[in-house]
Amino acid sequence: MAITREEVLHAARLAWLALTDEEIDRLTPELDKILDAVGIVAELDLSDVQPTSHPLDLVNVWDDDVPRDSLSREDVLANAPALERGLFKVPTWRQ
Amino acid sequence: MAPVVDTLRLTAVEARGLLERGEISAAELHSAYLDAIDERDGELHCFLSTVERAEGDGVPIALKDVISTKGVETTAGSKILSGYVPVFDSTVAARCKSTGLPLLGKTNLDEFAMGSSTENSAFGPTRNPWDPTRVPGGSGGGSAAAVTAGLAPWALGSDTGGSIKQPSALCGNVGLRPTYGTVSRYGVVAFASSLDQIGPVTKSVRDAALLYSIIAGRDPLDSTTAELPEPVRLPEGESLKGVRIGMPTELNEAEGIEPGVAEAVANALALAEELGAEVGECSLPRSVRYGMPCYYLIAPAEASSNLARYDGVRYGLRAQGESYQKMVERTRDMGFGDEPKRRIMLGTYALSAGYYDAFYGQAQKVRTLISEEHREALEQFDVLVSPTSPTVAFPIGERIADPLAMYLSDLLTIPSCLAGLPGLSIPCGLSEGLPVGLQLIGPQFSENVLFRVGHALEQALEFDTVPTRWRT
Repeated sequence: MAITREEVLHAARLAWLALTDEEIDRLTPELDKILDAVGIVAELDLSDVQPTSHPLDLVNVWDDDVPRDSLSREDVLANAPALERGLFKVPTWRQ
Repeated sequence: MAPVVDTLRLTAVEARGLLERGEISAAELHSAYLDAIDERDGELHCFLSTVERAEGDGVPIALKDVISTKGVETTAGSKILSGYVPVFDSTVAARCKSTGLPLLGKTNLDEFAMGSSTENSAFGPTRNPWDPTRVPGGSGGGSAAAVTAGLAPWALGSDTGGSIKQPSALCGNVGLRPTYGTVSRYGVVAFASSLDQIGPVTKSVRDAALLYSIIAGRDPLDSTTAELPEPVRLPEGESLKGVRIGMPTELNEAEGIEPGVAEAVANALALAEELGAEVGECSLPRSVRYGMPCYYLIAPAEASSNLARYDGVRYGLRAQGESYQKMVERTRDMGFGDEPKRRIMLGTYALSAGYYDAFYGQAQKVRTLISEEHREALEQFDVLVSPTSPTVAFPIGERIADPLAMYLSDLLTIPSCLAGLPGLSIPCGLSEGLPVGLQLIGPQFSENVLFRVGHALEQALEFDTVPTRWRT
């Protein structure tokens, strides 16, 4: 087994996903199989190879510091699921 | 009475000619496509929404529904964004608008562009115009099927590991994944930021070049964009004299390539030689074996980070929860479909403490190897060719229950995506009555070479882009 049920639960907590038991049961063997397949990258000795994070050689891309309009408050709030007094409304942080 | 246009055959360049000569008005052209959508989209389901009337005196365009359009719902094929109406335009949508291209509608896709069949859309699958029991490919199946079915003269897609090229191959049209960084992603729903690219889906290579010239170039709103080193040229010539074409063995002999697909590609290469090209073999020893594993570590890792923004606070779906944490966790469980969840989980795991170096870190190094192999092959050759997809369009339902089988659909498109290289897919024949795509890969910023080679081959191949069941 490349991944256990406990590790799947741990990753779900890190990813803020309230997976159901049924989803955990299905995902555990699926992820196990996928990790087995992608895990072959470990076969290669790459100790001397530099990692690539981005395919273009762009370093320090600067732009002129020119002020421009930002979105209006109305636009920013236009898609909000819940509002109160012109602010995003969310449930209490801890309960 | 509006002039009758055959939207099944009309290319965008031809449509532009009709408009310029005043033979049809932009509004009449727009209506002709809406009529075609009325007639055929009930069966195919290419569009998630259509626009009745849009500004612009040019050739109308369909946009994949990851591209933010001000005032027009943009869902990324996900329930979590259902009802989301952007308050700003993405740069590509703005460029289409300022060029006068009216928006026809938003096309269906695998949820968050994750998939190879468009079956992962939360709003139901798109069907292949050649055979509606089969998939159109993915993730951009809606854009590809719409262009083939004459529901849009051209469209934009997005490509992370093959989402433009593979559906174009399966639907028998032209798809360009441009060089990473040449087209702005500002306002495009992000999947894997070191891989995502926007590109044209069209009926002809000239159409692809024209659309690319409209959308490409540096954007101050996307710091990962670069200026094009030379202007885009619409291809004209039919000779391939002096062009060196390399056939990477591993890309052309990979397990799972159907004999009919290999045959159509071989025919195209024989034609290329007749046109004057030199064709030779080359090797990408590790790019195919390790490309898919490398991609399915890097892309999910980046996706797990990009999709963290869907929290039910500022936009999109919100589930009820007695605390903030419960609300966010339930929103995400309720809003994301199976494939985004699978990839978020895979990516979160690959980035988590204790696994980062073995999975994500190692994959980033494999990516360097893959880039170097392509660079070496492209020192000997101007373009590399292979099938775009190992198979023709597969039946709906065939791979959806087996994630790994679905992931292998992109086996041949993934390596060059990891290397940041441009790729063009053109139709090169039929196998079992279904289109086969030929993939052309070039060095970074070599789009003009791909257009030249693609156009010359397209003229010689004379592939009929109209599905056989609709030919009269």
